[in-house]
Amino acid sequence: MAAGSTYTPIATTTLGSTTTTITFSSIASSYTDLVVVANFKMGSSTFQPILRYNGDTGSNYSSTTVWGDGSSAGSNRHSNQNGIYANPGAGVGTAGQFEIWTINIQNYANTTTYKTSVERFSNPQSLTNAGVGMWRNTAAITSVSLTAESGSGDFQTGSTFTLYGIAAA
Amino acid sequence: MANTFELIAAVTVGSGGASSIDFTSIPSTYTDLCLKVSVRSNRAASTWDNTQIKINNSAANMTNRYLAGNGATASSGNLTVIYVGDIPATNATASTFANQEIYFPNYAGASNKSVSSDSVAENNTTTAYAYLGAHLWSQTTAINQLTIISGNGDNFVQYSTAYLYGVKNA
Repeated sequence: MAAGSTYTPIATTTLGSTTTTITFSSIASSYTDLVVVANFKMGSSTFQPILRYNGDTGSNYSSTTVWGDGSSAGSNRHSNQNGIYANPGAGVGTAGQFEIWTINIQNYANTTTYKTSVERFSNPQSLTNAGVGMWRNTAAITSVSLTAESGSGDFQTGSTFTLYGIAAA
Repeated sequence: MANTFELIAAVTVGSGGASSIDFTSIPSTYTDLCLKVSVRSNRAASTWDNTQIKINNSAANMTNRYLAGNGATASSGNLTVIYVGDIPATNATASTFANQEIYFPNYAGASNKSVSSDSVAENNTTTAYAYLGAHLWSQTTAINQLTIISGNGDNFVQYSTAYLYGVKNA
């Protein structure tokens, strides 16, 4: 019997114009985990891509990161945030430079636990970090959005965002 | 159903060792590339060596920022090579290999290439290394060759492996 696909692209978008928010919606509950791969550039150096679930903009997120900016290393914690930020409290991005944010969301469809994610962010001209995030909600995740922080540069043309589903069996 | 995460090529180092691990003629038909490496060095009289990546047979036009931890301190720096991380060498605990993953999104696109890497090498002694890297190859040409080298010009030992995967987003 041929095995089913383990790692499946659910949706992808490549921007043809500047955009503030990318949303993957109506996510099926049939996978085990989700992976978001974002390869994007911003129009402003003062940026924060923000991860949110199910349209929740309340103070229901927290995160811990470790970061290095090429001269200093550090760690940050943020509680009661309105989203999970790509590089919280550790500097800014680089306008026009492609950056990478990979987000692993485990057991996203369960209705028992708060939802956790493991993230890796890389901007070769500013910093690299690894983080863990939590959304304090037991609802199944049915949408994932990435938003350019208010007042900052939007996601630029050519940025790509892909959502993959991983099936454990 | 088409495979999303597809093995392009696999290398296992034989008994003679290898001065480099090379993936050539990489097709441009995928969205991203993912390189997974398990590696140890024969660097003499040393506990550690390191791996670096050449793109299209060149180590030019590269910059990076890294975050490193060695079990006692965290540090950060910047280099002009794609420095993936420290790997065990001759004096390291026997049978220990480093694990590394290097991700190349949009590797065939027409922009400068951002690269992300993770590297760990644990050996149950007082010092081991974990590296996170953010790299930039400032060239707009497609990546068609990836070469893994020892940063000190040494060889990778037998049983070192490297797997190059192509990732398709549709």
